[in-house]
Amino acid sequence: MSSVQIRDVRKSFGNFEVLHGVSIPIEDGEFVVLVGPSGCGKSTLLRMLAGLENITSGTISIGDKVVNNVQPKERDIAMVFQNYALYPHMTVADNMGFSLKLRGAKPEEISTGVKRAAEILALTPLLDRYPRQLSGGQRQRVAMGRAIVRDPQVFLFDEPLSNLDAKLRVAMRTEIKELHQRLRTTTVYVTHDQIEAMTMADKIVVMHDGIVEQMGTPLELYDRPANQFVAGFIGSPAMNFLKGKVKSNGAASFEGPNGVKLPLASAPANSEGQPAVYGVRPEHFTIADDGAEAEIVVVEPTGSETQVFAKLGGEQVVAVFRERHQFNPGDKIRLKPDPALVHLFDETTGKRLNA
Amino acid sequence: MADIALQPRTAKPQIRDATTWDQIKTNRNWLGFWFMLPAMGFLIFFLAYPLGLGIWISFTDAKIGRPGTFIGVENYEWLWDDSIFWLSVFNTLLYTFIASAIKFAVGLYLALLLNENMPFKAMLRALVLIPFIVPTVLSALAFWWIFDSQFSIISWSLKHMGLITQNINFLGDSTWARICVIFANIWRGVPFVAITLLAGLQTVQPSLYEAATLDGASKWEMFRFITYPLLTPIIAVVMTFSVLFTFTDFQLIWAMTRGGPVNATHLMATLSYQRAIIAGQLGEGAAISSAMIPFLLAAIMVSWFGLQRRKWQQGENND
Repeated sequence: MSSVQIRDVRKSFGNFEVLHGVSIPIEDGEFVVLVGPSGCGKSTLLRMLAGLENITSGTISIGDKVVNNVQPKERDIAMVFQNYALYPHMTVADNMGFSLKLRGAKPEEISTGVKRAAEILALTPLLDRYPRQLSGGQRQRVAMGRAIVRDPQVFLFDEPLSNLDAKLRVAMRTEIKELHQRLRTTTVYVTHDQIEAMTMADKIVVMHDGIVEQMGTPLELYDRPANQFVAGFIGSPAMNFLKGKVKSNGAASFEGPNGVKLPLASAPANSEGQPAVYGVRPEHFTIADDGAEAEIVVVEPTGSETQVFAKLGGEQVVAVFRERHQFNPGDKIRLKPDPALVHLFDETTGKRLNA
Repeated sequence: MADIALQPRTAKPQIRDATTWDQIKTNRNWLGFWFMLPAMGFLIFFLAYPLGLGIWISFTDAKIGRPGTFIGVENYEWLWDDSIFWLSVFNTLLYTFIASAIKFAVGLYLALLLNENMPFKAMLRALVLIPFIVPTVLSALAFWWIFDSQFSIISWSLKHMGLITQNINFLGDSTWARICVIFANIWRGVPFVAITLLAGLQTVQPSLYEAATLDGASKWEMFRFITYPLLTPIIAVVMTFSVLFTFTDFQLIWAMTRGGPVNATHLMATLSYQRAIIAGQLGEGAAISSAMIPFLLAAIMVSWFGLQRRKWQQGENND
């Protein structure tokens, strides 16, 4: 186990730079999730960490050692691929023991290592099967088993759950997290799914267009997104954004689209009339008599909660209620954001404005 | 709903019993038969019939222009004591084994090379196919000139380099002649092996090599433990075809040496042609051709077992 330091790493393919100076400190035993939309460079960064891609500039170190010019096999890392990359002509046991075999381990040593990993992942009855004879979830576990057997410094996961169906994905999510709690190996996990990031990570790194937008614990990112991108990316359903102006003379408030008046706990200094974006999470709306009037468009009950799509000042917003209301499309309701929980972003830079 | 149900039903036509003709038109088994018929007809008239006829002729004393009478296995008895026939069997086996083995080695090497990222990859792949595209007789003629006893470019070059003083009698010496025809066959057969194996190599997922890299495999270990085992099914197919084509080769030999010198390059196919068509002994020629059947069957059996789906290729959950 070891820490990983990524310092000002850049990556270019030809003249096209895809990573523009990324720095991420990863502590020993930490579970770090790199999350971002496709094309943000997260997978490239992971592959650079694995040694499958060259580093254009900057340094990556594992432990105390800079590994820029270290061969992948010398880096002592294990990777779980998106398509699992199981060797189709080898049994589960052979797949898992392959790295030990290449290392020149004795047959008994290989079989003990494989058995130990198989027990951790409940793969023991499947050891003689071939990958084709396994279900998606089982293949996924074999891919993890192959990583565990090596007892590496760092685990790398490249979107490992995206080929599984929704139910299995949730189950495997828990399994991976449990595995990490048990083994405490430093883990870097790449995903485009913010729910996976939120549920599994000790630290989330939100990436976008080759830069790090924000780094922090899941709840830090949820409670205080540093910019509009992170605010929109983290949380489901996504945060509502309403354009308008800050009113700071007298009691602070926000003038939304078509003059809708929205509450604000406090306004930044000297911000009267400043154009800004007002962000409110769907779960932070309440029904109140002094709320802004909105017309319901669609009601989507999910059982535990109800999602309500409504027009607020002409803009569509979504609100989530845990309590049950009798709503019908066309109904007029009064939506009130919780002023303590709203976010304010600069209209041009997207930077967070309120404390 | 109710008022619809209450409306009087219009009388339906009586259900008619299916006639035999209806059965033939619509029954799934009959339909299957009809769809199979064209292919079946083609195979019967152009493959099964000539094969059967050839075997039948081998049991007769047919000559060109004279239908033979049944003489049992006399032709085969005759061949059994014919040293030239046995020489052709030996030549054919030698030719097939050496040429196929080298074609496999060179083809695999080329396929691995062309699978790497390198400049002008597309052009190189196209170039490799050239020997395969040139008509066999044309390339055989070219080789005939290359190996000519007087005008051979090889002899000429070697003489100019001062390595030899006299022309090499390529097609006149029995050892040289065998080497030359085998070389020509390899030159012609390598592209087929190389391109087919290249196609096989491209079906191997790149992520397997990445996983193997992280597992610590060297280039050789990747070939030994990943590429080669995954390629075995396609190797079995391509080598079966290669062996069958080589075993039955005729054009190249006939254009270059006509079986000479002193029958040193006579293959079973060329000997059969010589006896049956040139000499007119159809029965005997047919017997030589038919004698190839056991060898070809043996080759097919080997590949049949080689081609059997390996356990790892089987579908899900049928262990």
